[in-house]
Amino acid sequence: MKVVVDMNKCQDHGQCVFAAPDVFSMDDSGHLAYVSDPDDALRDEVEEAADVCPLQAIRLEG
Amino acid sequence: MNARIVVAGASMAGLRAAEQLRAAGWTGAITLVGDEPHMPYNRPPLSKEVLAGKAPFESLAFRPRASVADAEWRLGTRVVAARLAENIVEFDDGEALSYDGLVVATGMRPRRLRCPGPLAGRHTVRTIDDAQGLRQALTRPGARVVVVGGGFIGCEVAATAVALGAREVTVVDPLPLPMVGPLGELLARALLKRHEERGVRFALGTGVTGFTGDDHVTGVALGDGTVLPADVVVESVGSVANTEWLDGNGLDLSDGVLADEHLRVGGRPDVVAVGDVARFPNARYDGVPRRVEHWCIPTDTAKHAAKTLVAALTGTGHDLSPFAPLPTFWSDQHDFRLQSFGAPVLGKEDVRVLEGDLDGDVVVGYHAGGRLAGVVALGGQAAAAPASRYRAELLKQPALTA
Ligand SMILES: Cc1cc2nc3c(=O)[nH]c(=O)nc-3n(C[C@H](O)[C@H](O)[C@H](O)COP(=O)(O)OP(=O)(O)OC[C@H]3O[C@@H](n4cnc5c(N)ncnc54)[C@H](O)[C@@H]3O)c2cc1C
Repeated sequence: MKVVVDMNKCQDHGQCVFAAPDVFSMDDSGHLAYVSDPDDALRDEVEEAADVCPLQAIRLEG
Repeated sequence: MNARIVVAGASMAGLRAAEQLRAAGWTGAITLVGDEPHMPYNRPPLSKEVLAGKAPFESLAFRPRASVADAEWRLGTRVVAARLAENIVEFDDGEALSYDGLVVATGMRPRRLRCPGPLAGRHTVRTIDDAQGLRQALTRPGARVVVVGGGFIGCEVAATAVALGAREVTVVDPLPLPMVGPLGELLARALLKRHEERGVRFALGTGVTGFTGDDHVTGVALGDGTVLPADVVVESVGSVANTEWLDGNGLDLSDGVLADEHLRVGGRPDVVAVGDVARFPNARYDGVPRRVEHWCIPTDTAKHAAKTLVAALTGTGHDLSPFAPLPTFWSDQHDFRLQSFGAPVLGKEDVRVLEGDLDGDVVVGYHAGGRLAGVVALGGQAAAAPASRYRAELLKQPALTA
């Protein structure tokens, strides 16, 4: 599973961090960081994160 | 299996419901019926990026999960009636379709002002077509804009209109401050100041009595006797639930459709409600059922309602605890963002600045009985990061009754 975030779209809402804290996080200045090849066991979490992104900037591949 | 779930309303809540039905194990047919001609799209940009010309329609479309690739979409079709006792819904093209399960996802439409005067030049913002029409009007050079309603959509549209170079932008509201309902006085005052500093004018404490002009609006008449010149009027005065199609089934439709703590409608195991149209009790707070018109609600309700419905239809037991979402809400205006977690309205009597200061990046806490009921951050990134820390605190709290 590969996670792709369109950083041109991302506006750092942080909803993905709440949905999938193992994959997405905010640095101290409030900007998004993420793991691009998370374990497949986290698929549900990541799908939820993609759903709750207000900018629909998160995509799951594979 | 020939079993079928019909989802009435094919926007965000409808799409999420369909996806969550699959996630909950539903393998039967899913039919989504929506009166808009478009596949589900994201509404928040309509008052922001779309109006500003920064987001084309394609960028708004939701990407449905693969699990609903076999769902049937009836777009441009309106559900006109339902006979719940017979498990039948009727469409405006004359067809009647029977269902095993029904999801109510028909959302809201804008409330309109009932005042004398011409209609042309008066806009609302709910659909992509609305937003495109309003954008055309706003980009005419020298437009004078009056926004009726100082709620979050009104404030967003006013901010976008200023950015587009409108000659004058005035927000009218009978209340004394913008967004004072959800935010309370302290933060609403700070918000007013920020808007004024960026060129938005306000006519507060007075309502609209009528519109001037013959075949197109030329002005907005206010209760205090002033007439504001206007080429473009935006009515953002709340919304009305799309529930008329459910009439005649003995349901409580007084404000949306009343649902129980598992989002079931009218005590029926085979009908659930999701999204803006659902009025439900939140076990996190008191038992009072409320509608919540926030973006996170379609997804939250869909998840819970789908489990409820699939369990009932497949005869599998379900031991769901009552629905208890943590409300969250954001609004982008000018160069700042409002971010709300929890239920600030329950704590408006005891408001404290938790971090920062009201002129810059600030996090404000709303308390009930000395406990944190909600937080709102106003400002840039520096306010957003701490706000999410308080969210974690709010999630840990035991149920709060007002
Ligand atoms: C301009 C705007 C900006 C927003 N900005 C924010 C924001 O910044 N932050 C935030 O948290 N929230 C925001 N929201 C709120 C958020 O977008 C809504 O909560 C969400 O769209 C609700 O989705 P829904 O599917 O429940 O309802 P809707 O989106 O209203 O969808 C209902 C659908 O059902 C269709 N329908 C109605 N009746 C029938 C019928 N009889 N038969 C068939 N179809 C029918 C409707 O045409 C519509 O397509 C905003 C909303 C708007 C309008």
